[in-house]
Amino acid sequence: MACDKLKTAKEALALVKSGDRIMVSGFGRSGDPKQLVKALSDTEGVKDLTIISNDLGSPNAGLGELLTKGKVKGLIGTYYNWNPDVPAAAHAGQITVELVPQGTFAEAIRAAGVGIPAFYTPTAVGTELGKGKETKVFNGVEYLLQESISADVALIHADKADELGNLVYHTTARNFNPAMATAAKLVIAEVNEIVPAGTLDPESIVTPHMYVDVIVLKEKGE
Amino acid sequence: MFTMEENDAKVRIAKRVAAEFVEMAKEKPLYVNLGVGIPTMVGDYVGDSKIYLMAENGMLGVGPAAKPEEEDPERINASRVKVLETAGCSYFDSASAFGMIRGGHVDATVLGAFEVSQDGDIANWIIPNGKQMGVGGAMDLVAGARLVYVAMQHVSKKGAPKLIEKCKLPLTAVGEVDVIVTEYALFRFKNRKMILEEIAPEITLEELKSVTPANYEVSPDLKVMKVD
Repeated sequence: MACDKLKTAKEALALVKSGDRIMVSGFGRSGDPKQLVKALSDTEGVKDLTIISNDLGSPNAGLGELLTKGKVKGLIGTYYNWNPDVPAAAHAGQITVELVPQGTFAEAIRAAGVGIPAFYTPTAVGTELGKGKETKVFNGVEYLLQESISADVALIHADKADELGNLVYHTTARNFNPAMATAAKLVIAEVNEIVPAGTLDPESIVTPHMYVDVIVLKEKGE
Repeated sequence: MFTMEENDAKVRIAKRVAAEFVEMAKEKPLYVNLGVGIPTMVGDYVGDSKIYLMAENGMLGVGPAAKPEEEDPERINASRVKVLETAGCSYFDSASAFGMIRGGHVDATVLGAFEVSQDGDIANWIIPNGKQMGVGGAMDLVAGARLVYVAMQHVSKKGAPKLIEKCKLPLTAVGEVDVIVTEYALFRFKNRKMILEEIAPEITLEELKSVTPANYEVSPDLKVMKVD
């Protein structure tokens, strides 16, 4: 089987640079690229990262380890109540946090991937998170303008890839993966299994291979 | 005045919301998103009605919590509880999930709240104490779902009123609440006016008013809330 995109986690993470904006998929540790995140935490010398993710794992676990190791400059995401280290670091001025409503967050990533720089949404109008955003009334309802969110690198997770990099997902582990696969310059996918091209049902492929640059086979274990 | 044990109150509230949905589902299938706590309990009382639960992390047809031997570690609801599939369930990505919500395809969402105002404003995402930093899907659900149900105990654990004139905590959305169900009463918003439609059998209108600073009208068809 020939998979030209295959790399080890270490080789793949060598492509990440200090200061990069990095998207990471997952929702409460379902569908997150666990070994890529671990490898990023263990990568020496990479810092000042902006992490774009729904949450930041738990204290010193999952993405939380990046914060513990001082690699984070800023966060863009929706929910950090599962990791109290985040509000603590933000209040201490160690990191910046941009909180975005989850649906707006998902759509902003999707928009970036389809070439739409901004869109109007009713979510967050009249709230703290809507402050300072341009608004416009359509058919009597007020909407605010949200800019799309893109990244240098996306670290995603899928159940299976074929040799070309077509991806299929498993249950709710799909979450932010398909959108993030479209919204970064470099897309690294951690997968449970790699199968020959032609063996995935074409109707079942969610992320076509043009979006995927690097495939990392998840090692057995976690 | 009459008070209820916390769990009894929660069950009463969940059953009342469930009864509402069971009635609505007689006409056509109902698509519902349930938040954490009392809202999740609503799912226990809908019987075999045509009510389909969706979770904003990408699942329609969410089943009950999984027993340890049935768990799939990746299959969770939006409260991170491992759940079962139901027949005909489907999975989709987060952008599509919120598209369903924002696009008005989800009939109702049920949420808890810290405060609801007499204008239908809701505050349920943050108490600014420095320890929280998260909004999740709360704002999207409240702004997007066709009907917003607030299911909560009438006063806070410390006895403070939660149905007030104007919210003091940061808002989740402005004027989006449609129905409030507590152990004491059911209120419905019509043209942004708060109307008392049902009152618990154990209390008087005066007693209800004493724990409800929000200004509301009493419906001319005021009913006694049906309780077990």
